[in-house]
Amino acid sequence: MTKEINSAIKDQMTTVDQTVIEFKNVYKSFGNNAVLRGINLSVKKGENLVILGRSGSGKSIAIKCLVGLIKTDKGKILVSGTDITQLNESELNTIRRRVGFLFQNGALYDSMTVRENLTFTLAHNNKELTADEVESSVVESLENVGLAEAINQMPSELSGGMRKRVGLARALIIKPEIILYDEPTSGLDPITSREIIELILEIQKKFKTTSIIITHDLACAKLTGNNVMIIKDGVIHAEGNYESLSNSNDKWVRSFLT
Amino acid sequence: MKIYLRKTFIEVGSITLFASRFFKEIFRPDFEVKEFIRQCRVIGYKSLPLVSITAFIMGLVLTIQSRPAMAKFGAESWIPGMVSLSLIREIAPVITALICAGKISSGIGAELGSMKVTEQIDAMEVSAINPYRYLVVTRILATTLMVPILVFYADLIGIYGGYIGVNMHGEVNLTRYFSQVFESLEFVDVIPATLKTFFFGFFIGMIGCHKGFNATSGTEGVGKAANSAVVSASLAIFIIDMIAVQLTDLFF
Repeated sequence: MTKEINSAIKDQMTTVDQTVIEFKNVYKSFGNNAVLRGINLSVKKGENLVILGRSGSGKSIAIKCLVGLIKTDKGKILVSGTDITQLNESELNTIRRRVGFLFQNGALYDSMTVRENLTFTLAHNNKELTADEVESSVVESLENVGLAEAINQMPSELSGGMRKRVGLARALIIKPEIILYDEPTSGLDPITSREIIELILEIQKKFKTTSIIITHDLACAKLTGNNVMIIKDGVIHAEGNYESLSNSNDKWVRSFLT
Repeated sequence: MKIYLRKTFIEVGSITLFASRFFKEIFRPDFEVKEFIRQCRVIGYKSLPLVSITAFIMGLVLTIQSRPAMAKFGAESWIPGMVSLSLIREIAPVITALICAGKISSGIGAELGSMKVTEQIDAMEVSAINPYRYLVVTRILATTLMVPILVFYADLIGIYGGYIGVNMHGEVNLTRYFSQVFESLEFVDVIPATLKTFFFGFFIGMIGCHKGFNATSGTEGVGKAANSAVVSASLAIFIIDMIAVQLTDLFF
């Protein structure tokens, strides 16, 4: 099954304009609180999809369902044609090795240095790599986010922006085809936010990644999103590029984007 | 009362499922040897000073306190045997396990709880790393192995503390003291007492990991995880001890 998933993903990745991620009627409730009430969305290869919505609207839940951190109640989530809701743990890990996830606060392992954070992830996923190969990948990944000098620092010694960049380096080190960004610019000053936005665009250009970006930051949505979706009441309320949504006839959508 | 009982049963069920996963994961390949050794060092080596001081005081105080009663019956020569038996059969295992519940179980609960609420465990999972195998299996195995070693060490230090206590009222040769200790000991005294310490260690690790892994509600949840880990582990130690004493009484 794992080999089949790998080859299905490779076939999918070689075809341009193919849908890489697809949500089909996805539902998720926590007790009586229905968070996702039939989400339908699709992301094409190389595209950046921005998901906007009010706090608690289920944006982060949606991407956590995509990597199997949260189990859906109903519906299908297809990653390169494979329905991840039907996979067991080891099959799911095959998908996860192709997905990078940037958490809201970086989620760096705080008992490890920056080097160990990256080494730990890479070495566990590529056991055949030598120590030298791992080290050069770690340095390269940190250089990609402009933080090579922080290699020996502990996460507690890093600023918010640096933590996010190290988190991104850790996500990039497994050379993912898909990257999920959970609030990449939240809690950052405007200059650092801009740097992170530029980094997201640079990664998309350099690695041809497909991304979903969850954000409240309209500047981030405008600059990074090829496609923007707005979640309201557990469903996709509006979809389009940022400009078209800004000029939408829907008053709520317009007010959300201004 | 009904709600409390319901909560207790849910908790016991949850710990049982958590433990059953441990036995599934332990036999899978790719054991995290480095992390296991690191945990053994943190749990075992770093607990030595605390265990040493406590065990020494236990042995010393027990000797001093029992001397007047023994003297009344003219049985002062029995003090080394009595002190060593009390220490090995009951006091050293239980007190050391309680110290470990306070130090190790709460530490594990707080560490894993903090990792849970800051999404570090989720980060491991999305990186295709099994957090249960890396964080839980290694810690439970380390406590299961280290607590008996710490108890054995506490036995020795406690008996030495007893020697100092005996020497406060008269001069006794160290070799003679230890020969009296070993004369009064039998395998029946040592084996059940040692066996139960493996269970103490297992439950100290298991409860700490379970509480940490299921922590919620941010930093408040981390505090609760650490606190309830100590309370539940201490309670578990007394329950296991009671069962162990009953079984020993039945079979030995």
